[in-house]
Amino acid sequence: MTPELITFIFLALIAVASGLGMLFSRNAVYSAIYLIINFVTVAVFYLLLGGAFIAVSQVAVYAGAIMVLFLFVIMLLGADRLGESKTLAWQRPLAIILAIGLIAETLFVLFFQASDLVAVQTLPEGFGSPASVGNTLFREYLLPFEVTSVLLLVAMIGAIVLTRREKTQS
Amino acid sequence: MLPVTYYVGLSAVLFAIGALGVLIRRNAIIIFMSIELMLNAANLAFVAFAREYGALSGQIFVFFVMTVAAAEVAVGLALIVAIFRTKQSIDVDQMSSLKG
Repeated sequence: MTPELITFIFLALIAVASGLGMLFSRNAVYSAIYLIINFVTVAVFYLLLGGAFIAVSQVAVYAGAIMVLFLFVIMLLGADRLGESKTLAWQRPLAIILAIGLIAETLFVLFFQASDLVAVQTLPEGFGSPASVGNTLFREYLLPFEVTSVLLLVAMIGAIVLTRREKTQS
Repeated sequence: MLPVTYYVGLSAVLFAIGALGVLIRRNAIIIFMSIELMLNAANLAFVAFAREYGALSGQIFVFFVMTVAAAEVAVGLALIVAIFRTKQSIDVDQMSSLKG
């Protein structure tokens, strides 16, 4: 048991437990907070994997921006305790069976279909640092980056148009 | 470094939890959160493979996924607010008609 493995198992347990907590909370606010815990543990995984800048942006964008938006909407609608309608009786067992099947299938592929790509042992200098990420982003991925800005603009306009109150004609 | 299979396995488990959430919950906001969880699981696999093969492209891709997630949340939550205004409910089973 290396320290790295212990860290991994500990964080993996937190991640899975917070995911399940998100799933089974009756109150939507608790779900959102469980999901924030999950995002922060995933950010620590990014740090373990050498993605320092990605980890910071994960916390800033997901835990900071997206989840605050979620909490805002939950509280705006007062939707934290809305009762759920009755589901079909067979739906929940079927969903659980399908999810277990999905996990089993993925783990089978992972452990029994070995990939022939060889892992690198030594990483390039400054791997995952803001400078190297910025270099790659603005040199090799400039066009996708610009397309992203259009996407964000469209999303912003869409959100404004969707929530605008129609002017009543009187 | 730990074998990449550990991280991808964890990513698969998180993805399955997200998929399960979409299937069994009826609250539209919880379904949205489950989708975020699935996107995050995919991101974890991307970063794990980026580390495994020493390629930074995987991390760049995570950026694009984050952008798409942010855009999706903005539009999706706007839709939920609009639906709640007309129906006073965000239960997905009650959104069965196109015209409110």
